[in-house]
Amino acid sequence: MATTTTNPTLSTFEEALADLGVELTRTTVDDFAATLDDIVRDPAVGVALPFDVEYPDSVTVDPTPAALERAETGVTPASFGVANYGSVLLPSTADGAEPVSLYPKLHVPVLRASDVLPDLPEALDRFGDAARDEDLSAIVATGPSATADMGKLVLGAHGPEAVHVVMLDE
Amino acid sequence: MSKGKGDKAAEIRRLMATEGPAIEKNTKGFNRKRQEAVADLENYEELRTRVREIKEDAIDRLPELLEQLRTAVEENGGNLYIADDADDANRYIRDVAADHDAESVVKSKSMTTEELEVNDALAEDGVDVVETDLGEWVVQVAGETPSHLIAPAIHRSQESIAQLFKEHFDPEDPPETADELTTFAREKLGERIRDADIGMTGANFITADSGTMAIVTSEGNARKCAVTPDTHIAVSGVEKVIPSTDDLSPFLELLARSGTGQDLTAYVSMLTPPVDSPTLDFDDDETPLSERDSDREFHLVLIDNGRMAMREDDQLRETLYCIRCGQCANSCANFQHVGGHAFGGETYSGGIGTGWEAGIEGLDTAAEFNDFCTGCSRCVNGCPTKIDIPWINTVVRDRINRGKEPEGYDFLVEGLTPDEEPGGLDLDKRLFGNFETLAKLGSATAPVSNWIADTGPARWALERVAGVDARRDLPEFQRETLVDWFEKRVSTVSDPTREVVLYPDVYTNHVQVERGKAAVRVLEALGVSVRVPPMRSSGRAPLSQGMVATAEEHAHDVYGSLAEHLDAGRDVVVIEPSDLAMFDREYERFLPDASVERLQENSYEIMEYVYGLLENGADADTLRAGDGHDVAYHAHCQQRTLGLEAHTVAVLEDLGYDVLTSDVECCGMAGSFGYKDTYYELSMDVGDDLAEQFSTTEARDRTVVASGTSCLEQLDALLARPATHPVELIAP
Repeated sequence: MATTTTNPTLSTFEEALADLGVELTRTTVDDFAATLDDIVRDPAVGVALPFDVEYPDSVTVDPTPAALERAETGVTPASFGVANYGSVLLPSTADGAEPVSLYPKLHVPVLRASDVLPDLPEALDRFGDAARDEDLSAIVATGPSATADMGKLVLGAHGPEAVHVVMLDE
Repeated sequence: MSKGKGDKAAEIRRLMATEGPAIEKNTKGFNRKRQEAVADLENYEELRTRVREIKEDAIDRLPELLEQLRTAVEENGGNLYIADDADDANRYIRDVAADHDAESVVKSKSMTTEELEVNDALAEDGVDVVETDLGEWVVQVAGETPSHLIAPAIHRSQESIAQLFKEHFDPEDPPETADELTTFAREKLGERIRDADIGMTGANFITADSGTMAIVTSEGNARKCAVTPDTHIAVSGVEKVIPSTDDLSPFLELLARSGTGQDLTAYVSMLTPPVDSPTLDFDDDETPLSERDSDREFHLVLIDNGRMAMREDDQLRETLYCIRCGQCANSCANFQHVGGHAFGGETYSGGIGTGWEAGIEGLDTAAEFNDFCTGCSRCVNGCPTKIDIPWINTVVRDRINRGKEPEGYDFLVEGLTPDEEPGGLDLDKRLFGNFETLAKLGSATAPVSNWIADTGPARWALERVAGVDARRDLPEFQRETLVDWFEKRVSTVSDPTREVVLYPDVYTNHVQVERGKAAVRVLEALGVSVRVPPMRSSGRAPLSQGMVATAEEHAHDVYGSLAEHLDAGRDVVVIEPSDLAMFDREYERFLPDASVERLQENSYEIMEYVYGLLENGADADTLRAGDGHDVAYHAHCQQRTLGLEAHTVAVLEDLGYDVLTSDVECCGMAGSFGYKDTYYELSMDVGDDLAEQFSTTEARDRTVVASGTSCLEQLDALLARPATHPVELIAP
């Protein structure tokens, strides 16, 4: 569901995601749970979000490794969006954001509209400070996992075959 | 051990037939996508300049950066080991595996570990290593080596992978489509990753300030290998260290674009290990992820293996700026037809492969495939770190030449080889490198020389002694050279607008004399006063053979002959694009800066010069008009690298010609390359792409026009209709 916007960074982000075949849903803090409920495939797991939102009951927050292995959907926070590439910056956290974003077939990154930055240098600037000060690890994820090694492009090689970005308007 | 030439030709023939079709399709696809992707990028050249600066600085300060990195990695709680060579690195990795009683290792693609042959080393201890990159896994299952820096199984078609899996795994329901094959691989490899004791990855970039590694992948396997097992070993070359995380973005923006034409690959992991991610035991259905421990161990193994010596080597140092994008392979016409199993060494392949193999394995390994680089220079503008790849290949060729012992036969050509080279140089190289001398003799004794050269015994001897393929037509020397013709001539220009020196390159002077005469007529028709003084050849021929000292001697002589003309304000006009390219690029290695700058500023390709004259008001009506005449034009590869193709097209179109251009990288002849019996068939195979383009319904009735001598000869061999230089087309 694309919402028209006058913010050029956000519209660039929307276009880049569309080019990658990544769905984008914009929502508000209040509507978040209902919106996410419509997006996830069951069973769904997630990690705690650093935003003022509630998870729907359909998502098991802080799953066990076995539950993660069974999951079809993984929901994780994204620190930043990179507008021109349609990338999201996924922090690697102690509660498992990295594997939750990686193992299930559908990955749903959640980010704030205000965290969408115009380009990669800006996103990496912010990452660099955190890497130096807090040993942060992060993934720049751009579209779903893909391989062309088997003769033609196939989505979902080792990682998710689909990505659905949820953007919070605050 | 070096193979016999016959064996090598047979091996090339085999690879062209078996692996060539898949390689050609895939590399051309990458190359086309790269061109589109960089065309979209506004600050492409700026990014190239930036990454070049960062690499120059990083390699310059490498020892200091390695110390800084050690501090950062150890402060984070990881271990850094700098290994002298492959054995040293393998010993360390085996020790880590032994400490953990490891039985299995999952690995994501890394050329550096190919260099170490770490899989074999671990297998000695009974440790099972599985590749998780799908292409690399195919190569592992097949017992092959990667044939491309970034696409290891590029030589295999979907059908051959399906066949391989069927034979190797004997599955009940054999996978066939790309989707089925991927699912099959993902499931097999997923189990291995789940149960592995150690995950091993490479690292594309490592930042000294924070100890962060950037790992670029599209499949996500490196992510899984790095965080699923509790222990992560990353292996890389010391040259991958860059100063700071702030430097990462230009590299990331260029890496995928240069390789596959993607903006970014799906995942760039920026890991500052040991990472905080909880360890995973998929059997655990009790402990939530946040309560599992993240007791992880991390080892970064950086390998020297000759790199620190390359850093001290003024010619090979640039190789260390390579970010392994594979662009030089994708854009290379020869690579497109044979792939890395021919155009590669122990580990590294493609254009930059020679530099790597010379630096880490030695000249013998580099010698096996160095000749595949013909110096066409099509890789130059696409290299993200602006490495002069053809120059590295030339330098390595020179070193190979110098390392050789004399083999006999030398007396046969000694009189023909007034060069600066050692006695052991291959006879074919020596013969082609001294083409100027041969041409002088050929013209002086023409037409007898042409008759003799064309007789059976002479062709047999040329092939037997100097490796000149008997299937090639030899150049036909003209009795009257261009310089001789010009001396007897009276200028038709009374009130010249400009004065030029038309550079009498060795081919135009001795063989393609007609195109030289046409150039004089065109220039004079446009009101330019022309001189054609006798001059030495540019040195392109010896340079192509790696005879650098001889080429340098030519450069000094040529500049000496031109200096007075430059002083007098005359422009230098060059017909043969490869000679202009020599002035523009290689002369920078030979001449003082001021000299080469003056030469470069005042030299022009003939059609570029005509374009300039017409733009400045010269009367186009004095040239032969096209009147809608259809031509098919193939620009010379080096001319295209210099950005000069458009000038010819513009002139022809202005004069009313209807121009169709070829877009293949190179005609395949490449100077002497196509004459050599080892490479003749490859040369023709590369040339077939050009022939195909000029044989379509749209092109087959067009007059064929080409800028370079080699291209003209190749086109004559490939097509039934004759080819001509554009200046001959427009000459009055």
